[in-house]
Amino acid sequence: MEDNKKGKSTNRRNFLKLGLMSSVSAIAGTTILSSLTSDDETSGHSHSGEKIRLLTTDGKIVEVDAKSINNYPEAHITPEESRKGIPNKHFVMVIDLAKCKNARKCVEGCQKGHNLDPDEEFMKVHLMQDHEEGAPYWFPKGCFHCDQPPCVTVCPTGATFKREDGIVLIDNDRCIGCKFCITSCPYSARQFNWGHKDKYDDKSQPYSPETSTPGTVGTVTKCDFCPDLLRQGKLPYCASSCPMGVIYFGDKNEDIVTNGDETVRFSELIAARGGYRHLEHLGTKPNVYYLPAVNRQFPLERGFNVDEKIMDRYKDVPLIKKLKEEGKL
Amino acid sequence: MILNNNHKALVTELTPMLEKSSRSFYIWIAILTGFVTLGFVAFVIQMVQGQIVTGMRDNVVWGIYEVNFILFVGVSYSGAFISGILHFIQSRRKNSVSRIIEIITVLCLCIGPIFILLCIGRLDRLHYLFLYPRIQSPITWDILAIMTDLVGCFIYLYLTFIPDFAILRDSDHLKIPAWKKKLYKTLAIGYHHTPSQKKRLHKITKTMSAMVIALAIVAYTVLAWIFSLTLQPGWNSTIFAPYFIIGGIYTGVAVIILVMYVVRRTLNLEKYIDKSHFTIAGLVLLVFSLVYGYFTFSEYFARWFSHKTIDEKLLNTLFTRYFWTFIIANYIGILVPIAILFFKKLRTIRNITIAALIVLIGSWLNRYLIIIPTLETPYIPIQDTRIDYVFYSATWIEWALVISGFAAFMLFFSLLLKIVPIIPLSGIIESENESTTITNDQ
Repeated sequence: MEDNKKGKSTNRRNFLKLGLMSSVSAIAGTTILSSLTSDDETSGHSHSGEKIRLLTTDGKIVEVDAKSINNYPEAHITPEESRKGIPNKHFVMVIDLAKCKNARKCVEGCQKGHNLDPDEEFMKVHLMQDHEEGAPYWFPKGCFHCDQPPCVTVCPTGATFKREDGIVLIDNDRCIGCKFCITSCPYSARQFNWGHKDKYDDKSQPYSPETSTPGTVGTVTKCDFCPDLLRQGKLPYCASSCPMGVIYFGDKNEDIVTNGDETVRFSELIAARGGYRHLEHLGTKPNVYYLPAVNRQFPLERGFNVDEKIMDRYKDVPLIKKLKEEGKL
Repeated sequence: MILNNNHKALVTELTPMLEKSSRSFYIWIAILTGFVTLGFVAFVIQMVQGQIVTGMRDNVVWGIYEVNFILFVGVSYSGAFISGILHFIQSRRKNSVSRIIEIITVLCLCIGPIFILLCIGRLDRLHYLFLYPRIQSPITWDILAIMTDLVGCFIYLYLTFIPDFAILRDSDHLKIPAWKKKLYKTLAIGYHHTPSQKKRLHKITKTMSAMVIALAIVAYTVLAWIFSLTLQPGWNSTIFAPYFIIGGIYTGVAVIILVMYVVRRTLNLEKYIDKSHFTIAGLVLLVFSLVYGYFTFSEYFARWFSHKTIDEKLLNTLFTRYFWTFIIANYIGILVPIAILFFKKLRTIRNITIAALIVLIGSWLNRYLIIIPTLETPYIPIQDTRIDYVFYSATWIEWALVISGFAAFMLFFSLLLKIVPIIPLSGIIESENESTTITNDQ
């Protein structure tokens, strides 16, 4: 048992080392990141045939099958291990507001992946209108995984923590449910499991804070950047399920982000498109960046094509009020 | 100490509750027990079904439990504060009320923290606070402060009780059950009013009274920080700590006046708790209502004048959805008591008590306005179709528990009267002795 566990974690360490080496390697460049993140093409074959040259930590160049990077065996990450994070990574998300049309695929993908009920949303799509004259825009928002997270500071038991790789995670086995973190988060990213649900009883998998499932009654939960998928070299559910490629995800240390279709330099994307962070003045240093909704690909109204109940959420937005008054909605 | 006849009569007069209980007392106790039981039932339901039975949801995660928590703990701290100060004042008048204040302090400090526990989702994991403590968290500071304060107040209260326990132990003429006599003997821990014992007790009590003042300030500051250290508009304020302390004393004085009134009326203690007590307490209330009003004004005025978008949103909520609550809490709750207490002609016992009642109601609503509207106006606007996720309204479970908190306070206060005299015997006897000595000398 003990050996088995050790073996697994060694395996994982090897994988992480591979990831690290690939990132150090100048030869591999962006192709590696895409092979780290999009796995569908190679699945089904035992060998992809594609060899990747990597630089090891002691300076040797080795060839590895791309498959071995992609399909890393899913290992159970214990609560202790999940506190450390994936070494030498600093995960960032870039959300391109110009491309969002409120298709809600990110919300649905996240709900499916995290086994959430229809009204439980780690990822939410808000309709924002910054001021009366301002053009409204769709605003997908999960957790910002701040570098100065107020939620982590105030937690009395260390149930929520900041990892080396930038992810802010919750250990539902440690949380006492005081909700102080919810009140201290200025982005309303956190939710509470108010009552018992049958799905919480699912004990088929050992609990890991990295999956956020199953939930636990009386504890706090939120968007987790899907670290279980990241370990497998996949994109978070929201990023991979967006048909518009709105959500880019990647590593700030590598300076690379991808939405599954295109892979770009993070710094260049931010510089070229005027990337910003929401409520920068609060000093929380979020790791989610937004690209302003300029030169939009879709008119805003495309997003109105949603369930009536969802549409009802936006009734207080000035534009919606105006449209309703004019009878256009 | 050998009690002379005068003293014996005094003991009998001041301890009407110790010997026998009237029928109305039992009815009173039964009603209060009913309310407390209702609260207990609500508590069990919440424990079994989870906090889904409350009106709290993802945005307003703390409701009226937190309001009661701040109120009770504030009253307790103000009690400790005032009682500590009273100890330094050599006045005969203080004897009649010091015991009332001390009991209020300890009872509120026992009941208050129960309400913060009701906000906790996993009470079965409460020990994690000690298993995995994080000193960075203001909650940890709060727990340390409240526990230290609780211990300090208990020690202080007990010290002030010792001479009375000794007198009761020596009062053979009282018809009280044997278990009570035994209890007094144990609790008096061999105190016999010898000069050296008196001197030592006086010294310790004096030290402790200074300590409880400091503890009260520290503990209530930390409690205010739970709110003011967050980034929330309406909470993130530098004056919250002093504002809470002033507000706590303001409420505390009001509660003392209310209890004084009830005790005086029901136990016929008009001779000991007279108009001067009400006038002095009323003047203290007046001073604090002015200071509290000043703080309240500064707090909201600064937010209104600088009108940051988010503050404006909050104020807008306060003046629309919470209009009447705001008027009652921050206008009527402050200005009416000032008006009543300012004019000497209006300062009757009844009027002062009415002012105190208005203060208590206003304070409760003020705390409500500090907690709930803030949580309803987060930075990122709430966009939800579920109405209970947008606006908070307390369920019967929460109301039952909040009311049972007040009932528990009255219940334990009444029961304590069965064990200890409400007017400190030792204080009265001592001051009488002193005045006899003075008269003899003359």
